[in-house]
Amino acid sequence: MRRDPISTRRPPPLEGATDLPVMKPFHLPHGGRGAADLWVGAATDRRLGLALGLTLLCWVLIDSAHAQVQADADQTVFQTLVKWTPLMLFGPEGEFGGFTLNILVSFLAMAIGTFLGLWLGIGQVSPIPWLRRVSWLVTQVFRNSPWLVLLFYVMLLIPFQVEIFGEDYDIPGWTKATFALSLPIMANVSEIVRGAIASIPTGQWESAESLAFSRRQTLWSIILPQCVKRMLPPWMNWYCILTMSTPLMSILGVNDGMTLTQNALAAEGRSEFLIPLYLWLMSWFFLYSYPIAVYTRRLERRFVVKQ
Amino acid sequence: MASSSWTPDQPIVALTDVHKSFGDLEVLKGVSLSVMKGEVICIIGPSGSGKSTLIRCINALNDIQSGSITVEGLEVHDPDLDKLALRKKVGMVFQQYNLFPHKTALQNIMMAPIKVLKEPADQVRERARALLKKVRLEGKEDAYPGELSGGQQQRVAIARALAMTPDVMLFDEVTAALDPETVKEVLVTIKDLAADGMTCILVTHEMGFAREVADHIYFTDRGVIVEHGPPDTFFKEAKDPRTKEFLSQIL
Repeated sequence: MRRDPISTRRPPPLEGATDLPVMKPFHLPHGGRGAADLWVGAATDRRLGLALGLTLLCWVLIDSAHAQVQADADQTVFQTLVKWTPLMLFGPEGEFGGFTLNILVSFLAMAIGTFLGLWLGIGQVSPIPWLRRVSWLVTQVFRNSPWLVLLFYVMLLIPFQVEIFGEDYDIPGWTKATFALSLPIMANVSEIVRGAIASIPTGQWESAESLAFSRRQTLWSIILPQCVKRMLPPWMNWYCILTMSTPLMSILGVNDGMTLTQNALAAEGRSEFLIPLYLWLMSWFFLYSYPIAVYTRRLERRFVVKQ
Repeated sequence: MASSSWTPDQPIVALTDVHKSFGDLEVLKGVSLSVMKGEVICIIGPSGSGKSTLIRCINALNDIQSGSITVEGLEVHDPDLDKLALRKKVGMVFQQYNLFPHKTALQNIMMAPIKVLKEPADQVRERARALLKKVRLEGKEDAYPGELSGGQQQRVAIARALAMTPDVMLFDEVTAALDPETVKEVLVTIKDLAADGMTCILVTHEMGFAREVADHIYFTDRGVIVEHGPPDTFFKEAKDPRTKEFLSQIL
């Protein structure tokens, strides 16, 4: 008795439906699918963005005016913001840090997480049972762990110094944080990859098989290229989430934007600067992420309409 | 493996007492048939009679439980079968075309010879263009599958299978998903192919076409071959009541 080649060679049936937002039925506000409706959707995006931006600006203005009244005449809130901006953006002199470190960490963690997640996702649809199970387990563990707990774990697990050829090298905290943040990204990318592969019709595997493609050739030259389009919107979504999560590393003493804002506040020692300074930092994150979010939504909409 | 022992006077494809089940459902209950080189055979029968399963077993897309299948002496039922060697000999066209949507028509045709047979791209491109011409799709080289009609896509799929220079072609209800007006262009392509001497095994619902091109017709019902014969005798002098009933409904 032999087992059916379909069941042994093709990725196994996957439990549960895909969680890709792109695959869900999409309904535009007016129920239509024409170009006009798409334009309305884009305009809504723009209006929403404008409204949010203005709210933020008003908040800063009103609050600063308020603070100005209370503050000593020698220093306005605006002067304070300007004074601390270089530190909050680029870190203390001679040292790399600040908001730009948040962005750097987000880039690196995304790159590492995507690379590892791709392999893990492919592992999840492997014809080899043990590999499939291990990949599934790793994915589930890191997908369902709080990011902060992962951060603490990695910080404690990786030593503060390593000795290589008799010399001591420091491992900077931000590299550990980068690695820690890449773990949940890895797990979520793994799920994105698994879902995208599962969403490709089985006919694609069959026709490739009948053309004498090996499984590996089919995966890399036929299936995965078709997955890219489906994976892009959720992938970008996770990038935004990751960027928003980078201030978590301030809890572990990394000199990121959050830590330095706290330092600035401590140096000023005046509570009325608390809200303006944090708002200032928040607006940077907003300005960085919002365009990405808008673009992601546009991509999603485009792919849904095409399918 | 006894692939070297095959000679053209033996059947190029031979099935002997093939049994196939999906779980508890027995789909093929002892099917035997043989096809000589250059022959065109059509398999007809009601839905769910196992026609598609039968044809898919021939290139090992489905595995069988017992019996034997040989293609040019290759033992398809052998667990150690070199599937790639088999699939280089057998081309297949599907009901749903299954073209690769991210590649152009020409790239669809060129992909397998380059990646699987490792042939030089220039040589393959020439052959692919000739094949597109053969299926009457000159000028559609750079069109993506989404830009082609169903009939055009299906003809690209035929050209794609032919690019591997197979000895046997399998057609699994290739016109079933097509608009009536595009069915003809696909059937003409298959007819050309048959006229060129290609061994063809077709599962089809196109009775007129089967009558015209087939050398032999097999009628399947509930997993067995009920009746078979050359088209003239098959359509005029069907003996089995099941065949008669099917033909009366369809003709």
